[in-house]
Amino acid sequence: MIKVGIAAYGITPFTKDDQKIESVLLKSVKKLFENNPKINKNDIDAVLVSTNNNSKYLAPILSEMIGIQPKIAHSIESLCNSGTNSIVSAYSYIVSGLVDMILINGAERYDSPGQILEWDDSRGEFKHPIFWASIFTKSYKREFSITDEQLAIVSVKNHKQAKENPNALSKKTFTIQDVMNSKKLTDDLRLLDCSRPCTGGASILLASEETTKKITDIPIWITGIGQKTTSAAFTKNMSFSSMESSKIAGYAALKMANQNIQDIDVAELHDAFSVCEPMALESLGFSDLGNGTSIIKELYETNDFKINPRGGLIGSGHPLGATGIAQTIEITQQLQSNADTRQVDNANVGLVHNMSAAATSSTVLILEK
Amino acid sequence: MSFESELIKGTFCIPECTICKKIVWPPVEFCSNCFGTVSLKKGDFKGKIIEFSRQNKEYFCIIEFENTIKIMAKISQMPEIGQTVKISKCGIVNGNYFFYVN
Repeated sequence: MIKVGIAAYGITPFTKDDQKIESVLLKSVKKLFENNPKINKNDIDAVLVSTNNNSKYLAPILSEMIGIQPKIAHSIESLCNSGTNSIVSAYSYIVSGLVDMILINGAERYDSPGQILEWDDSRGEFKHPIFWASIFTKSYKREFSITDEQLAIVSVKNHKQAKENPNALSKKTFTIQDVMNSKKLTDDLRLLDCSRPCTGGASILLASEETTKKITDIPIWITGIGQKTTSAAFTKNMSFSSMESSKIAGYAALKMANQNIQDIDVAELHDAFSVCEPMALESLGFSDLGNGTSIIKELYETNDFKINPRGGLIGSGHPLGATGIAQTIEITQQLQSNADTRQVDNANVGLVHNMSAAATSSTVLILEK
Repeated sequence: MSFESELIKGTFCIPECTICKKIVWPPVEFCSNCFGTVSLKKGDFKGKIIEFSRQNKEYFCIIEFENTIKIMAKISQMPEIGQTVKISKCGIVNGNYFFYVN
Protein backbone atom coordinates (compact mmCIF):
# COMPACT_ATOMS: atom_id res chain seq x y z
CA MET A 1 0.00 0.00 0.00
CA ILE A 2 1.12 3.57 -0.68
CA LYS A 3 2.49 5.26 2.44
CA VAL A 4 0.97 8.63 3.27
CA GLY A 5 3.05 11.26 4.99
CA ILE A 6 2.52 14.60 6.68
CA ALA A 7 4.69 16.98 4.68
CA ALA A 8 3.81 20.36 6.20
CA TYR A 9 1.47 22.16 8.59
CA GLY A 10 0.38 25.60 9.67
CA ILE A 11 -1.80 26.79 12.53
CA THR A 12 -3.22 30.10 13.79
CA PRO A 13 -3.68 31.23 17.38
CA PHE A 14 -7.08 30.18 18.78
CA THR A 15 -8.95 33.32 19.86
CA LYS A 16 -12.38 34.84 20.39
CA ASP A 17 -11.78 37.18 17.43
CA ASP A 18 -14.58 38.04 15.03
CA GLN A 19 -12.93 37.16 11.71
CA LYS A 20 -14.44 36.16 8.38
CA ILE A 21 -14.22 32.41 7.84
CA GLU A 22 -12.33 32.98 4.59
CA SER A 23 -9.70 34.93 6.50
CA VAL A 24 -9.33 32.12 9.05
CA LEU A 25 -8.92 29.63 6.19
CA LEU A 26 -6.22 31.64 4.51
CA LYS A 27 -4.09 32.43 7.58
CA SER A 28 -3.19 28.85 8.49
CA VAL A 29 -2.40 28.01 4.84
CA LYS A 30 -0.08 31.01 4.68
CA LYS A 31 1.71 29.67 7.78
CA LEU A 32 1.97 26.23 6.18
CA PHE A 33 3.78 27.62 3.15
CA GLU A 34 6.01 29.76 5.37
CA ASN A 35 6.89 26.65 7.42
CA ASN A 36 7.85 24.67 4.32
CA PRO A 37 9.14 26.77 1.39
CA LYS A 38 9.93 23.60 -0.61
CA ILE A 39 6.27 23.12 -1.53
CA ASN A 40 5.26 24.07 -5.04
CA LYS A 41 1.64 25.06 -4.57
CA ASN A 42 0.82 24.03 -8.14
CA ASP A 43 1.58 20.42 -7.17
CA ILE A 44 -1.46 20.39 -4.87
CA ASP A 45 -4.04 18.09 -6.48
CA ALA A 46 -6.83 18.51 -3.98
CA VAL A 47 -8.11 20.88 -1.29
CA LEU A 48 -10.42 19.77 1.52
CA VAL A 49 -11.98 22.25 3.93
CA SER A 50 -13.11 20.99 7.32
CA THR A 51 -15.69 23.26 8.87
CA ASN A 52 -19.17 23.49 10.33
CA ASN A 53 -19.51 27.04 9.05
CA ASN A 54 -22.56 27.62 6.88
CA SER A 55 -20.64 29.50 4.17
CA LYS A 56 -20.70 27.77 0.82
CA TYR A 57 -18.03 26.56 -1.61
CA LEU A 58 -15.14 27.19 0.76
CA ALA A 59 -12.65 24.76 -0.80
CA PRO A 60 -12.86 26.34 -4.27
CA ILE A 61 -12.76 29.77 -2.60
CA LEU A 62 -9.61 28.83 -0.69
CA SER A 63 -8.08 27.39 -3.87
CA GLU A 64 -8.72 30.66 -5.68
CA MET A 65 -7.35 32.73 -2.77
CA ILE A 66 -4.04 30.82 -2.89
CA GLY A 67 -3.91 30.80 -6.70
CA ILE A 68 -4.26 27.11 -7.48
CA GLN A 69 -6.60 25.02 -9.63
CA PRO A 70 -6.80 21.59 -7.96
CA LYS A 71 -8.52 18.54 -9.42
CA ILE A 72 -10.66 18.09 -6.32
CA ALA A 73 -11.96 20.75 -3.93
CA HIS A 74 -14.81 20.31 -1.44
CA SER A 75 -15.83 20.71 2.20
CA ILE A 76 -16.22 18.02 4.85
CA GLU A 77 -18.49 18.36 7.88
CA SER A 78 -18.90 15.88 10.69
CA LEU A 79 -19.36 18.17 13.72
CA CYS A 80 -16.40 18.00 16.11
CA ASN A 81 -14.43 15.32 14.26
CA SER A 82 -14.65 17.01 10.86
CA GLY A 83 -10.89 17.55 11.02
CA THR A 84 -9.80 13.94 11.28
CA ASN A 85 -12.59 12.87 8.90
CA SER A 86 -10.94 15.20 6.38
CA ILE A 87 -7.53 13.64 7.04
CA VAL A 88 -8.99 10.16 6.54
CA SER A 89 -10.61 11.25 3.27
CA ALA A 90 -7.36 12.83 2.12
CA TYR A 91 -5.45 9.66 3.00
CA SER A 92 -7.92 7.65 0.92
CA TYR A 93 -7.59 9.99 -2.06
CA ILE A 94 -3.80 9.48 -2.02
CA VAL A 95 -3.90 5.70 -1.48
CA SER A 96 -6.42 5.35 -4.32
CA GLY A 97 -4.01 7.11 -6.65
CA LEU A 98 -6.47 9.87 -7.47
CA VAL A 99 -4.16 12.52 -6.05
CA ASP A 100 -0.55 12.78 -4.92
CA MET A 101 -0.59 15.87 -2.70
CA ILE A 102 -3.56 17.26 -0.80
CA LEU A 103 -4.12 20.33 1.36
CA ILE A 104 -6.50 19.96 4.30
CA ASN A 105 -7.68 23.10 6.00
CA GLY A 106 -9.79 23.27 9.14
CA ALA A 107 -11.40 26.54 10.12
CA GLU A 108 -14.12 27.67 12.45
CA ARG A 109 -15.51 30.83 14.01
CA TYR A 110 -16.35 31.23 17.70
CA ASP A 111 -20.07 31.25 16.80
CA SER A 112 -20.03 27.98 14.85
CA PRO A 113 -23.48 26.47 14.20
CA GLY A 114 -21.86 23.05 14.69
CA GLN A 115 -22.19 23.27 18.46
CA ILE A 116 -25.83 22.15 18.36
CA LEU A 117 -27.11 19.04 16.56
CA GLU A 118 -30.64 20.21 15.74
CA TRP A 119 -31.69 16.83 14.33
CA ASP A 120 -31.35 14.96 17.62
CA ASP A 121 -34.88 15.34 18.93
CA SER A 122 -34.35 12.49 21.40
CA ARG A 123 -32.56 15.11 23.52
CA GLY A 124 -35.83 17.04 23.78
CA GLU A 125 -35.10 20.64 24.78
CA PHE A 126 -31.63 19.66 26.06
CA LYS A 127 -29.67 20.04 22.84
CA HIS A 128 -26.74 22.06 24.12
CA PRO A 129 -23.63 19.88 24.67
CA ILE A 130 -23.53 20.74 28.40
CA PHE A 131 -26.50 18.43 28.89
CA TRP A 132 -24.95 15.30 27.38
CA ALA A 133 -21.74 16.18 29.21
CA SER A 134 -23.66 16.41 32.49
CA ILE A 135 -25.23 13.00 31.91
CA PHE A 136 -21.81 11.49 31.02
CA THR A 137 -20.28 13.06 34.12
CA LYS A 138 -23.02 11.92 36.48
CA SER A 139 -22.97 8.42 35.05
CA TYR A 140 -19.16 8.18 35.20
CA LYS A 141 -19.07 9.42 38.79
CA ARG A 142 -21.81 7.01 39.79
CA GLU A 143 -20.31 3.97 38.02
CA PHE A 144 -16.78 4.40 39.36
CA SER A 145 -17.31 6.37 42.61
CA ILE A 146 -15.38 9.37 41.27
CA THR A 147 -15.76 12.84 42.80
CA ASP A 148 -16.00 16.26 41.13
CA GLU A 149 -12.60 17.10 42.63
CA GLN A 150 -11.02 14.04 41.01
CA LEU A 151 -12.41 15.08 37.63
CA ALA A 152 -11.25 18.69 38.11
CA ILE A 153 -7.63 17.54 37.71
CA VAL A 154 -8.28 17.22 33.95
CA SER A 155 -8.94 20.94 33.63
CA VAL A 156 -6.06 21.83 35.97
CA LYS A 157 -3.61 19.68 33.96
CA ASN A 158 -4.77 20.82 30.54
CA HIS A 159 -4.77 24.52 31.39
CA LYS A 160 -1.25 24.10 32.78
CA GLN A 161 -0.10 22.41 29.56
CA ALA A 162 -1.87 25.01 27.40
CA LYS A 163 0.35 27.70 28.93
CA GLU A 164 3.21 26.13 26.96
CA ASN A 165 1.18 26.31 23.73
CA PRO A 166 1.52 29.74 22.10
CA ASN A 167 -1.63 29.17 20.03
CA ALA A 168 -3.88 28.17 22.95
CA LEU A 169 -6.98 30.18 23.85
CA SER A 170 -6.27 29.85 27.56
CA LYS A 171 -3.30 31.69 29.06
CA LYS A 172 -4.12 30.94 32.71
CA THR A 173 -3.52 28.16 35.18
CA PHE A 174 -6.11 27.04 37.70
CA THR A 175 -6.22 25.03 40.91
CA ILE A 176 -8.68 22.27 41.77
CA GLN A 177 -10.44 24.81 43.98
CA ASP A 178 -10.65 27.28 41.07
CA VAL A 179 -12.36 24.63 38.96
CA MET A 180 -14.72 23.71 41.80
CA ASN A 181 -15.55 27.38 42.38
CA SER A 182 -16.10 28.21 38.70
CA LYS A 183 -19.65 28.85 37.53
CA LYS A 184 -21.88 25.85 38.10
CA LEU A 185 -23.65 25.10 34.80
CA THR A 186 -25.42 22.02 36.16
CA ASP A 187 -25.04 19.91 39.29
CA ASP A 188 -22.37 17.92 37.47
CA LEU A 189 -20.59 20.45 35.28
CA ARG A 190 -18.69 23.65 35.96
CA LEU A 191 -17.50 26.27 33.50
CA LEU A 192 -13.85 25.23 33.78
CA ASP A 193 -14.81 21.63 32.96
CA CYS A 194 -15.76 22.79 29.45
CA SER A 195 -13.80 23.42 26.29
CA ARG A 196 -14.75 26.72 24.71
CA PRO A 197 -15.77 27.40 21.12
CA CYS A 198 -13.36 29.80 19.44
CA THR A 199 -12.01 31.12 16.18
CA GLY A 200 -9.08 29.20 14.76
CA GLY A 201 -7.53 27.57 11.73
CA ALA A 202 -5.19 24.66 11.12
CA SER A 203 -3.80 23.29 7.86
CA ILE A 204 -1.91 20.13 7.02
CA LEU A 205 -0.43 18.84 3.78
CA LEU A 206 -0.49 15.10 3.04
CA ALA A 207 1.39 13.46 0.21
CA SER A 208 2.52 10.09 -1.10
CA GLU A 209 5.76 8.63 0.30
CA GLU A 210 7.88 9.69 -2.64
CA THR A 211 6.60 13.26 -2.65
CA THR A 212 6.68 13.61 1.14
CA LYS A 213 10.36 12.63 1.19
CA LYS A 214 11.13 15.25 -1.46
CA ILE A 215 9.60 18.15 0.46
CA THR A 216 10.47 17.40 4.08
CA ASP A 217 13.44 15.98 5.93
CA ILE A 218 11.31 15.03 8.91
CA PRO A 219 8.30 13.15 7.51
CA ILE A 220 5.67 11.78 9.84
CA TRP A 221 3.62 8.83 8.58
CA ILE A 222 -0.01 7.99 9.11
CA THR A 223 0.23 4.29 9.90
CA GLY A 224 -3.14 3.57 11.47
CA ILE A 225 -6.71 4.76 10.98
CA GLY A 226 -9.82 3.67 12.85
CA GLN A 227 -13.27 5.14 12.59
CA LYS A 228 -16.59 4.12 14.04
CA THR A 229 -20.04 5.70 14.07
CA THR A 230 -22.49 3.99 16.42
CA SER A 231 -25.38 6.46 15.98
CA ALA A 232 -26.19 10.14 15.58
CA ALA A 233 -28.56 10.45 18.56
CA PHE A 234 -26.88 10.91 21.95
CA THR A 235 -29.51 8.77 23.68
CA LYS A 236 -28.58 5.78 21.49
CA ASN A 237 -25.30 5.39 23.39
CA MET A 238 -25.32 1.99 25.11
CA SER A 239 -23.31 3.40 28.00
CA PHE A 240 -22.98 6.93 29.37
CA SER A 241 -19.76 6.15 31.24
CA SER A 242 -17.65 4.81 28.37
CA MET A 243 -17.15 5.54 24.66
CA GLU A 244 -18.00 2.56 22.49
CA SER A 245 -17.15 4.24 19.17
CA SER A 246 -13.74 5.31 20.51
CA LYS A 247 -13.00 1.79 21.73
CA ILE A 248 -13.74 0.31 18.30
CA ALA A 249 -11.91 3.04 16.38
CA GLY A 250 -8.88 2.79 18.66
CA TYR A 251 -8.66 -0.98 18.26
CA ALA A 252 -8.88 -0.69 14.46
CA ALA A 253 -6.23 2.03 14.26
CA LEU A 254 -3.75 0.14 16.45
CA LYS A 255 -4.34 -3.06 14.50
CA MET A 256 -3.71 -1.31 11.18
CA ALA A 257 -0.49 0.21 12.56
CA ASN A 258 0.54 -3.10 14.12
CA GLN A 259 1.01 -1.34 17.45
CA ASN A 260 -0.27 -1.82 20.99
CA ILE A 261 -1.64 0.91 23.22
CA GLN A 262 1.45 0.46 25.42
CA ASP A 263 3.55 1.59 22.41
CA ILE A 264 1.93 5.04 22.31
CA ASP A 265 4.33 7.69 23.58
CA VAL A 266 2.11 10.75 23.23
CA ALA A 267 -1.60 11.26 22.58
CA GLU A 268 -4.13 13.95 21.84
CA LEU A 269 -7.53 13.03 23.32
CA HIS A 270 -10.85 14.76 22.69
CA ASP A 271 -11.45 16.37 26.10
CA ALA A 272 -14.51 18.41 25.11
CA PHE A 273 -15.41 18.24 28.81
CA SER A 274 -13.36 17.06 31.80
CA VAL A 275 -15.05 13.67 31.98
CA CYS A 276 -14.17 12.92 28.35
CA GLU A 277 -10.45 12.56 29.08
CA PRO A 278 -10.66 9.67 31.57
CA MET A 279 -13.42 8.09 29.50
CA ALA A 280 -11.23 8.25 26.39
CA LEU A 281 -8.17 6.93 28.27
CA GLU A 282 -10.22 3.96 29.44
CA SER A 283 -12.05 3.30 26.17
CA LEU A 284 -8.80 3.36 24.19
CA GLY A 285 -7.11 1.00 26.65
CA PHE A 286 -4.58 3.38 28.24
CA SER A 287 -6.22 2.65 31.57
CA ASP A 288 -8.50 0.16 33.32
CA LEU A 289 -12.15 1.22 33.59
CA GLY A 290 -12.59 3.80 36.34
CA ASN A 291 -8.85 4.43 36.71
CA GLY A 292 -8.44 7.26 34.17
CA THR A 293 -8.39 10.08 36.73
CA SER A 294 -5.60 8.35 38.70
CA ILE A 295 -3.43 8.32 35.58
CA ILE A 296 -4.23 11.99 34.87
CA LYS A 297 -3.33 12.96 38.45
CA GLU A 298 -0.02 11.12 38.19
CA LEU A 299 0.78 12.80 34.85
CA TYR A 300 0.01 16.19 36.38
CA GLU A 301 2.09 15.59 39.49
CA THR A 302 5.09 14.33 37.51
CA ASN A 303 4.81 17.13 34.91
CA ASP A 304 4.43 14.46 32.20
CA PHE A 305 2.83 15.94 29.06
CA LYS A 306 2.06 12.54 27.47
CA ILE A 307 -1.69 13.18 27.27
CA ASN A 308 -2.90 16.35 25.55
CA PRO A 309 0.46 18.15 25.51
CA ARG A 310 -0.94 21.26 23.76
CA GLY A 311 -3.57 21.59 26.52
CA GLY A 312 -6.36 19.57 24.92
CA LEU A 313 -9.60 21.17 23.87
CA ILE A 314 -10.13 22.53 27.39
CA GLY A 315 -6.89 24.51 27.37
CA SER A 316 -6.43 25.20 23.66
CA GLY A 317 -10.03 26.00 22.77
CA HIS A 318 -12.28 24.09 20.39
CA PRO A 319 -12.74 25.56 16.89
CA LEU A 320 -14.68 22.51 15.76
CA GLY A 321 -13.51 22.02 12.18
CA ALA A 322 -9.91 22.86 13.06
CA THR A 323 -9.65 20.75 16.22
CA GLY A 324 -8.79 17.35 14.70
CA ILE A 325 -6.20 18.96 12.44
CA ALA A 326 -4.67 20.92 15.33
CA GLN A 327 -4.47 17.66 17.33
CA THR A 328 -2.70 15.99 14.40
CA ILE A 329 -0.28 18.89 14.06
CA GLU A 330 0.58 18.63 17.76
CA ILE A 331 1.41 14.93 17.48
CA THR A 332 3.42 15.65 14.33
CA GLN A 333 5.45 18.29 16.17
CA GLN A 334 5.97 15.92 19.10
CA LEU A 335 7.27 13.13 16.83
CA GLN A 336 9.54 15.63 15.07
CA SER A 337 10.93 16.70 18.49
CA ASN A 338 9.69 20.15 17.58
CA ALA A 339 7.28 20.88 20.43
CA ASP A 340 9.47 23.25 22.44
CA THR A 341 8.58 23.31 26.14
CA ARG A 342 5.73 20.84 25.57
CA GLN A 343 8.07 18.16 24.23
CA VAL A 344 7.53 14.62 25.47
CA ASP A 345 10.73 12.56 25.74
CA ASN A 346 11.40 9.82 23.19
CA ALA A 347 8.17 10.34 21.22
CA ASN A 348 8.17 7.80 18.38
CA VAL A 349 4.55 6.72 18.12
CA GLY A 350 1.58 9.06 18.64
CA LEU A 351 -2.21 8.79 18.73
CA VAL A 352 -4.96 11.25 17.84
CA HIS A 353 -8.49 10.74 19.22
CA ASN A 354 -11.18 13.02 17.80
CA MET A 355 -14.91 12.45 18.34
CA SER A 356 -18.26 14.08 17.70
CA ALA A 357 -21.72 14.41 19.23
CA ALA A 358 -21.24 12.72 22.60
CA ALA A 359 -18.94 10.03 21.22
CA THR A 360 -21.51 8.76 18.74
CA SER A 361 -18.67 8.89 16.19
CA SER A 362 -14.92 8.63 16.75
CA THR A 363 -11.76 8.77 14.68
CA VAL A 364 -8.37 7.51 15.87
CA LEU A 365 -5.13 8.05 13.97
CA ILE A 366 -1.72 6.53 14.67
CA LEU A 367 1.28 8.58 13.57
CA GLU A 368 4.91 7.43 13.45
CA LYS A 369 8.33 8.80 12.60
CA MET B 1 -50.74 10.90 11.31
CA SER B 2 -47.08 11.47 12.08
CA PHE B 3 -45.08 11.36 15.30
CA GLU B 4 -44.78 15.13 15.23
CA SER B 5 -48.45 15.78 14.48
CA GLU B 6 -49.33 13.68 17.53
CA LEU B 7 -46.59 15.20 19.67
CA ILE B 8 -47.77 18.73 18.90
CA LYS B 9 -51.19 17.68 20.24
CA GLY B 10 -49.48 16.49 23.42
CA THR B 11 -49.59 12.77 22.64
CA PHE B 12 -46.42 10.70 22.92
CA CYS B 13 -46.43 7.70 20.60
CA ILE B 14 -43.87 4.99 20.01
CA PRO B 15 -42.99 4.50 16.34
CA GLU B 16 -42.98 0.83 15.31
CA CYS B 17 -42.38 -0.88 11.96
CA THR B 18 -45.54 -2.45 10.54
CA ILE B 19 -43.46 -5.29 9.02
CA CYS B 20 -40.67 -6.31 11.41
CA LYS B 21 -42.18 -4.69 14.55
CA LYS B 22 -38.89 -3.01 15.42
CA ILE B 23 -39.21 0.25 17.38
CA VAL B 24 -37.82 3.06 15.26
CA TRP B 25 -36.23 5.85 17.30
CA PRO B 26 -35.69 8.77 16.83
CA PRO B 27 -38.84 8.72 14.70
CA VAL B 28 -38.39 8.56 10.94
CA GLU B 29 -40.71 7.63 8.09
CA PHE B 30 -39.31 4.20 7.36
CA CYS B 31 -37.91 1.39 9.48
CA SER B 32 -34.12 1.49 9.96
CA ASN B 33 -34.08 -2.33 9.86
CA CYS B 34 -36.24 -3.21 6.82
CA PHE B 35 -37.46 0.12 5.38
CA GLY B 36 -41.01 -0.91 6.23
CA THR B 37 -43.67 1.72 6.91
CA VAL B 38 -43.65 3.02 10.45
CA SER B 39 -46.87 3.21 12.45
CA LEU B 40 -47.45 4.84 15.82
CA LYS B 41 -48.29 2.91 18.98
CA LYS B 42 -50.38 4.91 21.41
CA GLY B 43 -50.52 4.01 25.06
CA ASP B 44 -49.87 4.92 28.65
CA PHE B 45 -46.19 4.00 28.40
CA LYS B 46 -44.11 3.46 31.50
CA GLY B 47 -40.44 4.42 31.38
CA LYS B 48 -37.48 3.94 33.67
CA ILE B 49 -35.04 6.64 34.77
CA ILE B 50 -31.53 5.72 33.60
CA GLU B 51 -29.61 8.86 34.61
CA PHE B 52 -30.26 12.44 35.68
CA SER B 53 -28.71 15.77 36.57
CA ARG B 54 -30.01 19.22 37.50
CA GLN B 55 -29.72 22.74 36.12
CA ASN B 56 -30.66 25.39 38.67
CA LYS B 57 -33.79 23.93 40.26
CA GLU B 58 -34.87 21.77 37.32
CA TYR B 59 -33.97 18.11 37.02
CA PHE B 60 -33.42 16.60 33.61
CA CYS B 61 -33.13 12.88 33.05
CA ILE B 62 -32.72 10.08 30.55
CA ILE B 63 -35.79 7.86 30.41
CA GLU B 64 -35.89 4.46 28.73
CA PHE B 65 -39.14 3.08 27.30
CA GLU B 66 -39.84 -0.51 26.19
CA ASN B 67 -36.19 -1.37 27.00
CA THR B 68 -35.32 0.31 23.70
CA ILE B 69 -35.86 4.01 23.21
CA LYS B 70 -34.41 6.77 25.36
CA ILE B 71 -35.41 10.42 25.63
CA MET B 72 -34.29 13.39 27.70
CA ALA B 73 -37.08 14.84 29.82
CA LYS B 74 -37.76 17.18 32.72
CA ILE B 75 -39.00 15.94 36.07
CA SER B 76 -40.14 18.18 38.90
CA GLN B 77 -39.21 15.99 41.88
CA MET B 78 -35.73 14.66 42.64
CA PRO B 79 -35.46 11.50 40.54
CA GLU B 80 -34.06 8.10 41.47
CA ILE B 81 -32.25 5.69 39.19
CA GLY B 82 -34.65 2.91 38.18
CA GLN B 83 -37.73 4.96 39.11
CA THR B 84 -40.79 4.22 36.96
CA VAL B 85 -42.30 7.30 35.32
CA LYS B 86 -44.88 8.27 32.70
CA ILE B 87 -44.96 11.18 30.29
CA SER B 88 -47.12 13.89 31.84
CA LYS B 89 -46.71 16.54 29.17
CA CYS B 90 -45.02 16.76 25.78
CA GLY B 91 -45.06 18.86 22.67
CA ILE B 92 -43.00 20.99 20.31
CA VAL B 93 -41.92 24.57 21.05
CA ASN B 94 -39.81 26.60 18.64
CA GLY B 95 -39.08 23.44 16.67
CA ASN B 96 -37.79 21.54 19.71
CA TYR B 97 -39.49 18.53 21.24
CA PHE B 98 -40.08 18.69 24.99
CA PHE B 99 -41.07 16.00 27.46
CA TYR B 100 -42.07 16.11 31.13
CA VAL B 101 -42.36 12.96 33.22
CA ASN B 102 -43.61 12.21 36.70
